[in-house]
Amino acid sequence: MMKAWSPANVGYALRGKIADVGYGTRLFLRLLGSLLPTLKRGRLLSEQIHFLGNHSLAIITVSGLFVGFVLSLQGYYILQRYGSSEALGLMVALSLVRELGPVVAALLFAGRAGTSLTAGIGLMKAGEQLAAMEMMAVDPIQRVLAPRFWGGVIAMPLLAAVFSAVGIFGGWVVGVIMIGVDSGAFWSQMQGGVDVWYDVGNGLIKSVVFGLTVTFVALLQGFECQPTPEGVSRATTRTVVVASLAVLALDFVLTAMMFSV
Amino acid sequence: MTADTPPASDSALPPQSPDVLVELRGVTCGYGDRVILSDINLVVPRGKLVALMGTSGGGKTTVLRLIGRQLSPIKGQVLINGVDIGTLDAAGLMAARRRMGMLFQFGALFTDLSVFENVAFPLREHTRLPESIVRDLVLMKLNAVGLRGARDLMPSEISGGMSRRVALARAMALDPELMLYDEPFAGLDPISMGVAARLIRELNDTMGLTSVLVSHDVDESFLIADHVVLLANGRIAAQGTPAELRASEDPLVKQFVTAAPDGPVRFHHPAVDAGQDYGVRG
Repeated sequence: MMKAWSPANVGYALRGKIADVGYGTRLFLRLLGSLLPTLKRGRLLSEQIHFLGNHSLAIITVSGLFVGFVLSLQGYYILQRYGSSEALGLMVALSLVRELGPVVAALLFAGRAGTSLTAGIGLMKAGEQLAAMEMMAVDPIQRVLAPRFWGGVIAMPLLAAVFSAVGIFGGWVVGVIMIGVDSGAFWSQMQGGVDVWYDVGNGLIKSVVFGLTVTFVALLQGFECQPTPEGVSRATTRTVVVASLAVLALDFVLTAMMFSV
Repeated sequence: MTADTPPASDSALPPQSPDVLVELRGVTCGYGDRVILSDINLVVPRGKLVALMGTSGGGKTTVLRLIGRQLSPIKGQVLINGVDIGTLDAAGLMAARRRMGMLFQFGALFTDLSVFENVAFPLREHTRLPESIVRDLVLMKLNAVGLRGARDLMPSEISGGMSRRVALARAMALDPELMLYDEPFAGLDPISMGVAARLIRELNDTMGLTSVLVSHDVDESFLIADHVVLLANGRIAAQGTPAELRASEDPLVKQFVTAAPDGPVRFHHPAVDAGQDYGVRG
């Protein structure tokens, strides 16, 4: 049933949204502040890096390989029109390191690791495990959320780096071995044209920001979901939608900022 | 035995008797517009096992959530050892919770940890005991609930009754003074139910605990409780020893104890007149 657009209803909805934003911000700040206590409990953190990172490796490497293949084919098609097909290595590397590596890896990370974070936390909530932890005088944000948060923030740039590396390898396979671009030109153009700070560094910054975003969205959705099967499934869906849109929007903002400096 | 105390004014609390561990004074509680408990006065004497009974949705679990301050009352106070837990700061609340153990309805075991690690969890979080002592303590607690041999199993590999017992061992890991049981008998077979009831009573007596048991299982609860409080419609409808309640002539108590389908608690959900609903003109 549609609610009437009375000022009271609008105000009520607006107040609810502002409260949500405030709650999310406070949780985010608490998670940022949990870095030192989390680092002190290395085992919990390394478990999460393993769970979020290693378990995402298969999808990241396979996707990276195919993105590299396609990038090389399309890149060659464009470059050979201008007779500069030896710049193929540079083009593949720049596209991956600056853009596709962080963005595609983040989208895959949201689908692979984000959903499992949301569902895991949601099910813990539904099974009263978080309430049980509170009753044992253990803070679930410190014990459950913080290691997952930092685990995701650390795993994400590593996965983006793996994605880019495998993608460059895929580009080399197609460009050099299949099409026959000169191997020396492929690598030397890449070596000369990719700047460690402006290209690799910017990509790294992007992937760290995406790691913060995706992991936080996944944790927030899981922590705030209705503790029912329906609520958990809805939260999992929301994680993918919200995290993916946030990654794409932030990518534009970050790219624009990086071009302006 | 009367467990009611006169409603206290906020400014001057009458001193709490030293043999009372938990006390609810004039507590009103609700979610949104819905009032779950209204003006409840309840006393849990030290060392006793008090059963909170009543119809589903009658506010029994809410009382437990109030005692652990997972929920705050709209009005009134919850006192533990004479301290209003509503006034505690975060650290004080954590300290108070460390002296409580709570058994959740379905155990609420951590599904990613083994039986052993579940029981070790509170010890690892709150103490810096060496591993060998943690191991001994955990095995002692598991032995007390008869599950020393199940230490390496995962929660998904054990039955509902066993989960409840592991959760009980975990709740007792830090030797609490107060145990809260939320529907410990729900969904158990008769044997497991008997085991659980006997354990709850024995632990209360041997470890010198005070227990609050929420249940709607009349036979098991009456068997082990010292004092029974019957909650209905957010109020205390009756209370007394199990024998007193069994002998009660109060129609609601009678309906509850004999499990009669109709009585003060109606079988039919409020509805318009049946003749009108079926289109029959009378």
